Amino acid sequence: MADDLKLLRTWSSPYALRVVHALKIKGLEYETVLEDITRKSASLLEYNPLHKKVPVLLHNGRPVCESLVILEYIDDVYKQPPLLPQDPHEKAMARFWAQFGDDKVMPSTWRVFTSEGKDQEEAIGPLTENLKFLEEQLKGKSFFGGEAIGYVDLAFGWMGNLISILEEIIDLKLVDAEKFPLLSAWINKFSDDPVIKAFWPPRDKMVEKFKAMREHFLKQVP
Amino acid sequence: MAAASDVKVLGMWSCPYVNRAQLALCIKSIEYEFIEENTLKKSDMLLKHNPVHKKIPVLIHGDKSVCESCIIVEYIADAFDTGPRILPSDAYDRALARFWAAYIDDKWYPLVKVLRQSGDKEERKSLVQKLFEGLILLEEAFIGCSKGMAYFGGDSIGYLDIILGSCLACLRVTEKVVGVELMDPTKAPQLAK
Repeated sequence: MADDLKLLRTWSSPYALRVVHALKIKGLEYETVLEDITRKSASLLEYNPLHKKVPVLLHNGRPVCESLVILEYIDDVYKQPPLLPQDPHEKAMARFWAQFGDDKVMPSTWRVFTSEGKDQEEAIGPLTENLKFLEEQLKGKSFFGGEAIGYVDLAFGWMGNLISILEEIIDLKLVDAEKFPLLSAWINKFSDDPVIKAFWPPRDKMVEKFKAMREHFLKQVP
Repeated sequence: MAAASDVKVLGMWSCPYVNRAQLALCIKSIEYEFIEENTLKKSDMLLKHNPVHKKIPVLIHGDKSVCESCIIVEYIADAFDTGPRILPSDAYDRALARFWAAYIDDKWYPLVKVLRQSGDKEERKSLVQKLFEGLILLEEAFIGCSKGMAYFGGDSIGYLDIILGSCLACLRVTEKVVGVELMDPTKAPQLAK
């Protein structure tokens, strides 16, 4: 009997996109349930009562939450093509860089995006330091996963569309091609990959959404 | 079988995140050398093996290093086939274990440190309340994961037992500092056991 897969997501969540891309790479059929984060469905609250967030993957009715946990779950259940390396140390390194992305790169990018003036200037330093580590990781490789898109590429997938959107809004280069040639090349290669680009949310809607978010955050600053 | 010289743990005796690595190595019967770090004066070895975060624990296995405690425990589970399994054999149970480990580290356990350091009575009250709410969630998780047995891992200590269990010492210290029984058996009887 075919597995029943459903994905609860929003139209724009970068975390949910990780799962969308992973399911596509694995060649898996699934049903999409689009959520409105301002009016969370009873299903979302039932399947993710703790965080009440997307994405949630339902596999034969059983929920898996947290995007990186979902990626590992998909990789565990559906082996081909593999997203994580088989070697224990390489696997550990993949998990390390994915976590670095969520704990350091994303927040430091967000700090630059949601600030201005002197605050923004001060926020650029930590982002630059974080990006240097990513640049180093891409030496000799097409993707973080090697020759094919893997777990770490999907974890950093948000950079594929969001970096250029944020740069357009704040009129500031976040990933300078001169300073970060490998990372810039990766962003282009990843975002142009046919499996990946088919699912990018509409750019104009994203620009509008993130512009509003930046304005909201700037108003919060005392 | 790894010789003691093959495996090193850089850490501090009192750090719960370091204890996780030690627990996992113990379960797998892996001998290792423990190198005590002074976090106020970080060694060249630490800076070399964890240049990104410059933090303990670091596991060094031969010429390879692994950082971040949950990742270290999973590495030990993957790399050494001695001793009992650390992660559940079922993929869905593994996903649940990883989900709850992330909850403990990202949401629940950080509250313990803030509570211990807080001098504000109202703030302490609010933090204790949040910790109790989290404890009830962890109790439910335990009931689901343990399937009636003694540990999250079933009949032997597993991944979540290591992740939560390593926090217990600091939890006990915080209980004494704040004067509240956080691992309250009336709220979480199974966990308290």
